[in-house]
Amino acid sequence: MGDYPSRSANAGTGGTPVTEGREWPAGASARVAENSFHTSGPSGSGLGGGGALPRARRFGAERAFRGLTMAAGTAVLVVIAAIAIFLVAKAVPALRANTENFWSFEGWFPNDAEPKFGIGALAFGTVLSSALALLVAVPIALGIALYLSHYAPRRLGTTLGFLIDLLAAVPSVVFGLWGREVFINPVRDFSVWLNEYFSWLPLFGGDGPFGRSILLGALVLAIMVLPIITSLSREVFLQTPTANEEAALALGATRWEMIRTAVLPYGRPGIIAAVMLGLGRALGETIALALTLGITFGISFNLIENGGNTIAANIANAFGEANETGRGALIASGLVLFAITLIVNITARAIIYRRREFTESAA
Amino acid sequence: MTTTVTSHRTRPPAQPPTLRARRLPKYVAPAIALAALLVAAAIVYGAGIGGPVLVVVIGALLYLGALYVAANVVEGRRSARNRTWSALIHSAFVLAVLPLASVVWTLVSKGLERFDANFFLTSMNNIGARDPEGGAYHAIVGTLLQVGIAALITVPLGILCAIYVVEYGRGKFAFAIRFFVDVMTGIPSIVAGLFILAFWVLIVSPYFNDGRPGFSGFAAALALSVLMLPTVVRSTEEMLRLVPAPLREGAYALGVPKWKTILRIVLPTALPGIVTGVMLAIARAAGETAPVLLVAGGGAAINFNPFENNQSSLALFVYQQAGDASRYAPARAWTAALTLVALVLILTIAAKLLARRNRLGR
Repeated sequence: MGDYPSRSANAGTGGTPVTEGREWPAGASARVAENSFHTSGPSGSGLGGGGALPRARRFGAERAFRGLTMAAGTAVLVVIAAIAIFLVAKAVPALRANTENFWSFEGWFPNDAEPKFGIGALAFGTVLSSALALLVAVPIALGIALYLSHYAPRRLGTTLGFLIDLLAAVPSVVFGLWGREVFINPVRDFSVWLNEYFSWLPLFGGDGPFGRSILLGALVLAIMVLPIITSLSREVFLQTPTANEEAALALGATRWEMIRTAVLPYGRPGIIAAVMLGLGRALGETIALALTLGITFGISFNLIENGGNTIAANIANAFGEANETGRGALIASGLVLFAITLIVNITARAIIYRRREFTESAA
Repeated sequence: MTTTVTSHRTRPPAQPPTLRARRLPKYVAPAIALAALLVAAAIVYGAGIGGPVLVVVIGALLYLGALYVAANVVEGRRSARNRTWSALIHSAFVLAVLPLASVVWTLVSKGLERFDANFFLTSMNNIGARDPEGGAYHAIVGTLLQVGIAALITVPLGILCAIYVVEYGRGKFAFAIRFFVDVMTGIPSIVAGLFILAFWVLIVSPYFNDGRPGFSGFAAALALSVLMLPTVVRSTEEMLRLVPAPLREGAYALGVPKWKTILRIVLPTALPGIVTGVMLAIARAAGETAPVLLVAGGGAAINFNPFENNQSSLALFVYQQAGDASRYAPARAWTAALTLVALVLILTIAAKLLARRNRLGR
């Protein structure tokens, strides 16, 4: 049992009295009951006590139930594997039919007699819009989280935190609709202004039309991931040990110095994980971007001219008129997106898991 | 010992009048703010480079700078930093509240325009670009059916999976399941949609459908359950871990087999928390557009059969109406969005209130 990672596994609920110090899975205290059917189990011999217990049945309800739960657990692994397998199976024929380089071609014509499509511009747009969105959202989200956890009066903080949690549940299509119909006007004005005074920067160059641009998409995306990052990091900030905060204050630290020396170092892994989860959400966001970007296929750093496209938005937009190869091409692009988000998520999870071990051994 | 030493030491001759550090008077910060706004207005309108928004932005920057300088002179550097960061954090809050409040305000004001009986009792069948009528009845039916089927699939599967991880699973295998459930949380909804498209619509369903790919509400339900599964597993797992061990031990001591203990003792104790998790998962699934777009196909008519023919959903309806050229479409889109948000928020709030009453809760 030595290799069972229960220390990290249980730590997610750590701190509650009922789970404290449990070394085995929750049911392990009933080794006896379980062993009544495990006659040949490696640890079964010394514990059961022998004759008083009923003999194990090979096809009892216990074994059936255990098998059922195990099948359900296996289903998760099967689904993940199936996602990869089926996407690859449908993507490969389309990739074979592609007459251009999938990685570098800038364009999307998979429905033609000679299919031509490339992921380059789409992947670039995905990364650019997500990065821009995080650049805007992360400082503001951390600011709000600190405000709610350490600046606002306790009551107000709790209420606003609840509201932020609710905003995190608002569907993305609503943000997309709002971005398309309302938010586009101030963003267009802002773009025109930027273009007038900063057109010497390639980011803000071009002669218009402005509005349905990467900037609009990224800002809508930022507003969408804001509640998510805020609510996750607020929870981390609230978990800072009070003793650390009070120690800092007792040494004469100002409130900001207390936050910098006690709250932020304690919350750093949590912040990183929250940002990575927000990044995962931003990378995979479909509908909000399909509604706000002006769909083009080119690699350009211009943020304010109509244009921009992402893998997910392209799938939503191009799906309607896709034929057999077109669907395969979209699935291939989805596979790339799946791989990108998988890497981001696994990294985030690895950070969280390390943090769990760290906090538990420190406690 | 130490007290005697200090008491014999000669006091410094020039004692400050008070022991407290010097602080900026209370009126200074508002005064600086006002002055900064005035200066910003003078700059912006004098040079003719923008409007009131730019005045506020430049004014805020000037305010931050001036406040830092003033506090630095009077109170010292540490306090000046403290004030600046405090102002930054407060302004981050204001900055974020503006767009979020705008979303809520637009949603309610524009959504109430078509919030009438006609909207909830008719579909979009035979509604042309010039017809102001038309409603979301078919979409509401689709959402309820798809989410219902998805919940029917996900809830037993997710709870059994969580039971395995918490009660039975040990070693690397259980750890792998836990890890991949976490990873699955981050799968983009469009990828789940593509998976069901490749697996169900294009490969499996042609066998039931004369060889043609069958878009259906059931396919959408499958895609939604891929998205719901990790949420259900995670929340159930956390709740099961909170069930006190003595409850289990008591049952074992009475000779109850393990499976019966789990079903009769552990699950009922954890039930309110599990229901909360399921409701949050349902709320998330109800708002998903992309998978429904890919595998249910949409459609304007009412379709009560989730296994055949295209079906729509509320989220998809919003998306389609938002892209529609008809001048009556935006009103329909906003009302559908309001309905969707109301549905999602009612579920979420109910789930959170339930969680608050839960006696196992944190």
